[in-house]
This record gives sequence, structure tokens and C-alpha cells, in this order.
Amino acid sequence: MAHAAVHDTHHDAHDHKPQGFLHRWLFTTNHKDIGTLYLVFSMLMFFVGGSMAMIIRAELFEPGMQLVRPEFFNEMTSVHALVMIFGAVMPAFVGLGNWMIPMQIGAPDMALPRMNNWSFWILPFAFTLLLSSLFMPGAGPQGGWTLYPPLSLQGGNSVAFVIFAIHMMGISSIMGAINIIATILNMRAPGMDLLKMPIFVWSWLITAFLLIAVMPVLAGAVTMLLTDKYFGTSFFNAAGGGDPVMYQHIFWFFGHPEVYIMILPAFGIVSEIIPTFARKPLFGYQAMIYAIASIAFLSFIVWAHHMFTVGMPLGGELYFMYATMLIAIPTGVKVFNWVTTMWEGSMTFETPMLFAIAFVILFTIGGFSGLMLAIVPADFQYHDTYFVVAHFHYVLVTGAIFAIMASVYYWLPKWCGNMYSERWGKIHFWMSVISVNVLFFPQHFLGLAGMPRRIPDYNVAFADFNMISSIGGFWFGASQLLFVGVVIHAVYFSKSRAQARVWEGARGLEWTVPSPAPHHTFSEPPVIDNSQLAHGDVSH
Amino acid sequence: MKSETGQHESLKHDARGIARVALGVVAASFLFGFAMVPLYRIACEQVLGIKLSEGAVSAAEASSMQVDPSRTVVVEFVTNVNSKLPWAFKAEKRRVEVHPGELTEVWFDATNQSGQAIVGNAVPSVAPSAASAFFNKTECFCFTEQVLAGGETRRMPVRFIVDPQLPQGTHTLTLSYTFYANELATRNLALVAPSVDGLARN
Repeated sequence: MAHAAVHDTHHDAHDHKPQGFLHRWLFTTNHKDIGTLYLVFSMLMFFVGGSMAMIIRAELFEPGMQLVRPEFFNEMTSVHALVMIFGAVMPAFVGLGNWMIPMQIGAPDMALPRMNNWSFWILPFAFTLLLSSLFMPGAGPQGGWTLYPPLSLQGGNSVAFVIFAIHMMGISSIMGAINIIATILNMRAPGMDLLKMPIFVWSWLITAFLLIAVMPVLAGAVTMLLTDKYFGTSFFNAAGGGDPVMYQHIFWFFGHPEVYIMILPAFGIVSEIIPTFARKPLFGYQAMIYAIASIAFLSFIVWAHHMFTVGMPLGGELYFMYATMLIAIPTGVKVFNWVTTMWEGSMTFETPMLFAIAFVILFTIGGFSGLMLAIVPADFQYHDTYFVVAHFHYVLVTGAIFAIMASVYYWLPKWCGNMYSERWGKIHFWMSVISVNVLFFPQHFLGLAGMPRRIPDYNVAFADFNMISSIGGFWFGASQLLFVGVVIHAVYFSKSRAQARVWEGARGLEWTVPSPAPHHTFSEPPVIDNSQLAHGDVSH
Repeated sequence: MKSETGQHESLKHDARGIARVALGVVAASFLFGFAMVPLYRIACEQVLGIKLSEGAVSAAEASSMQVDPSRTVVVEFVTNVNSKLPWAFKAEKRRVEVHPGELTEVWFDATNQSGQAIVGNAVPSVAPSAASAFFNKTECFCFTEQVLAGGETRRMPVRFIVDPQLPQGTHTLTLSYTFYANELATRNLALVAPSVDGLARN
């Protein structure tokens, strides 16, 4: 009876998807459909940004100017970064959050489904604006993704398009974040206490707070750029009594939390995958949560380590150096907990686990080079060199992107109901992990030898390592075509059906629903079984 | 069934409440971005002792300072012109030696190398920044807009006094000026100028 009653009140609770392509995808308010849209969009942008990276590496293959004009090269470095940050990494995490958060906390959907639709559909328009700037008279942004004035304001009117595109991306991610906060705080199934939630949900909750706190600051900073260029204000214009250094402070007050926005959900993903394939509950569940929260807090008070060479007072440099080094402590807690989770576990090495282990090792390398950059006197040497480029690509490519790929392999059978090809997944993994090191590791040496970033030509002394790096780049780029192939094969052609509990060691609510997950899940709240929680019984 | 619908409604209500609070946070942090403009000024001037405002120091305040003949400080002058301004701009002396507390006058020359009148603004800066709070100007061409007719040369004074409180370790101060075109004022000048010509002809 109760079952029938539920069906009466939720008359769309069957697995009935809306008919028609436009109706299904344009007007959808379903968290799974919107999650899929985000992920597909992110993949598309990954290849748009990736092809720009290929142009950059092709030009840097040999010293001298071979393929492109310097102005175009500068556009490529600037737009590659904007597309990868706001178009590939952030939407991928929002897409994963959309798909998995309701299923992991036993909610029927996101709290604000119509806003959810809107926050996705803003993105294609934002990126059309951004990419159209490349075809405008006066060309697109050439001053780097950080848009430092006065350089960023010396472009043509494409500056206005870029700024409005950033406003729209900001609105999209703010709405996505509000939705995630409302969902997690309000839609948990009875018995799913905050301290029983999977770590991925926790990491997203904290990330969402970071997003609503700092995306508006970026909006403010670019609005000031806009009024400086078009409305005669002088926030950053020295001629009118403004200060360009102030832009760097405001930008990095956003920018440093932003880099953690791009890594905290990755921490969450890896904390889900490692326990599954180590067949042990996560070591130090609460310590992991407090570590994420501490990292998020510290991210607000370390911003000026991006601008040590700007001419800060000594006291400021010392403060920002020590505060930055403090971040190594909660990050170290996380790395040790992942290692301890694997310790004496019955590990198997399916593709998601391989990516997760590569994440732990390679992200830690990126963390170490970050610590080197935190040392003020050393940073005077490293600043704006390829050492910085190597550092942030280790944390963003082998960190964020590897975690996203791990999560796709991990949850794809749940999404589409088919197993991917383990053989080709492993080939993709080994291709990626070898090529990415060929690509980025030599950049450490280039940076230490003094090669500046964001230049199309360089001294012949840097030739060999650049050629190795470029070969790694083309190899890594080509390897990602395998990824698309594996995903398309799994979704459309794979004959191997997935179980509800796809992985033997997997725990948590998402594995209690069938594979593929029905269009509507948990229309009735599930009963929480403490022994089946994602991270073991954490109630005692 | 009824209670479940009720619960569903209250969930929706709560979600709106949370969204409203979150929107409040968004609005507050947008405003905080702009609040960083005055906060930056306060942090520099009150906490870090870097002087950003370049107003004149009153003659009374300047004359109240005791001259310290035992110390000599070198003051160097650097002059720059922004590429959009067709002016030449030079300090008559590259460096002077002064005693802290002593009022000193130096002269700068600016020449408008173009054919028409242009308004320029000079932006000063003192290095090292930690010493900027101890460098006081009683008179400077940077306090006002400078209008130079086409081809005109002007000799402009700066009177300054180094505070005797200047930290002992500082032996050299560098005063740097960059002249920028004030495009708005120049445009206004062009609007006014034809009518002035007209009056002269009458």
C-alpha cells in the first residue's frame, strides 16, 4: 500500500525519461541528466583546451619562431588556462557532484533542480563568448589567465567579452555551489548524519563554501577591470592614482581558494576509490574531513605567495611564506591516511585504483614543488619560470584530471550499466602516466635553469628538454583519444553488464541502486545501515 | 501520504532558506571584493607603513621638524614618461644630498613635443617603500594637472623635507615620477579651446 501511495504522489517516479532530444536535454531538471551534460561539456572543453596546449608545445618543440605569431601564442597560453580551469576541471567536478551527491546521501534529486538546469546551460554561452574573442579584431586575451592590468586592458574590445564570459562562468559555479550546499544540508536521507557522509560529499560541501565565498570576489575584480577600461575609473590605473598591484591582491584572494576548489573534490574522489580497492575502510575518516576543512581555511590567508616578487614588505613575505608552509601539515595528513588505508589491504589494481595511486604519488610531487615555491628567497629565482608551470601541472593534470579520470572509470558502470574495457582502460592509464611525466618532469629542470613561462621562443640552451617535453605532450594528448574511445565503447557497445555493486569492495548508497542507475532513485528515502556506510561504521 | 507531502514541502522550504542565506554570502563577498580597495590602502598606510596618498604636507608641519646636521641622506630622482604622452621630462639634478629635517627645493623640466595642448599627470613613488612615510613634499607639480601648450617647456619645482625619524639604516631614497597623459582632461581642453579662439578673434 505504502509503495503504491508513493507512486501516486510522485507520478514521475518510474524510469520514464522525457521523450525527444530537446525535451530530454534542454529542459531537464534531473540531476543525472544534468550531471551527464556537465561531464560531456567538460570532456569537450578538455579537448578544446588540449588542442591549444598542442599548439603551444608544437611552437616550443624547437627554439625560434616556427608555426605561430607571438600574439597568437600568447592567446593560446591565456585561453588554454581559462578553458581548462573554468571549462574542463570545474564543470567535471560539478558534473560528478550532480551525479553522485544525491545518490550518495539518499536524496531523490538536487534541492533546486530548475536552478541546476540554468547553471549548466549558462556555460555553453559563456564559452562561446570566451572563444569568440579569438576571432575578434584586436584578438583575444593575451595577458595570461590572471588578466593582470595594465597588460590585460591593452587588448581590443574582446576584453569586454572575456570579462562577461568570466561573469557568466562565475554565476554558473555559484549557482551550482548553492545547489550542492542546499542538497547536502537539506536532502540527506534520515540517519545519514553529517559525519556518516561519504568523503566525496564532504569535500564537495567544503568546496561549495569556498566557491560562494570567492567567485564573487573574482566577479568584483573583473568588474573593476571593465570600469577601468570603459568607464574612466582608476582602480588599477596608476595614471589616475590607482594601483595595479592591488589587482593582484584581489585576484589572488580569489585565485588561491580557486586552486583548492580544483583539488578538494579530487581528494574526495581518491578517498572513495582507495578504500574500495584496498578492501579496507578509509583510515582516519574524521581526520580527513578536518584536514580538508583546514586546507580550505588556510587557502584564504596565503594568497600573496603568488606575488612574492611584487615588492612586498619583508614582514608580509615572511608571514605568507610560513602560512603557506602550514598547508603541508593537513595535506600530509591526507597523504599518510591514503597510504595507511592501502597498508595491508587486499589490493587489486583496476583502472580507477591505478589512477588513484598515480594521483597520490604525482600530486605529492606537485605538493613538494609547491613547498619549494613557498620559500621566498627561492621563489625569487623560480617566479614566472617553467618550474611554476611544472608545479601547477603536476597538481592540476596528475592531480585534478587524474582524479576525474579515476572517478569516470569508477562510476561509469553505475552510470551506463556496462563495464568499460579493463584492458583498454589500463592501456590508457599507462600511456597517460608515462607521457605526463615525460611532458612535465623536464619542465622542472627548464625552470630551474631559468626558462621563463609564457614565451614563444627561447634560448637554444633549453632546446633538448623542450623537445622531450613536447614529445610527451603530443603523446599525452593522443592518449586521451583512447579515453574517449573507452568511454564511448562502454556506453554504446560493451556487452559486459555491470552489477549493482560494481566493485567487490565498494560500500555506500550508490551501490545499492541497480546499474545503470534508474532515471529516478531514492524517491523513497533509504534505510541507512551503519555497517554498510561508505567508510565503514564510523558511528562509534 | 499527507504527512509525506508535508515533509516534502518543508524540505523545499528549507532549501529555499539555505539558498537565500548562501545568496547573502555571495552578495557579501562581492561587496568584500570592492571593500578590498579601501582595505588595501589601510593595510599599506596603517599596518605596513607604506605611504600611498601623496598630498602636500603643510609648511607648519614641515618647519616643526628639527634639522639633523649629523646625518646625510642621498635623494635620487628618476623620471619616466608613459609612451602615450609625447613629452620630454627630466630632473635638473639626478641626485642631491640633504640633511633630514631640511627643506630642499629641486627643479624638473617638462616639454610638450607635440603640436597641441595636452594635460599630463605625474604619479610619484618613493623607494624603498618602507621609507615612503618619511618623505614629505610641501610643493609638487604632481599635486595638480599640468597643461602644456604645443611646444611649451615648463620648469616645475618640488620642495621636500625628509623626516628626521627616517630609520637609521636608510641612506638613499629614490623619488620616481611617471608622467601620464590625462586623456579626459585633454579632450575637455579641446572642447573648450575653439571657443577661446573664437573670443580672441572677436
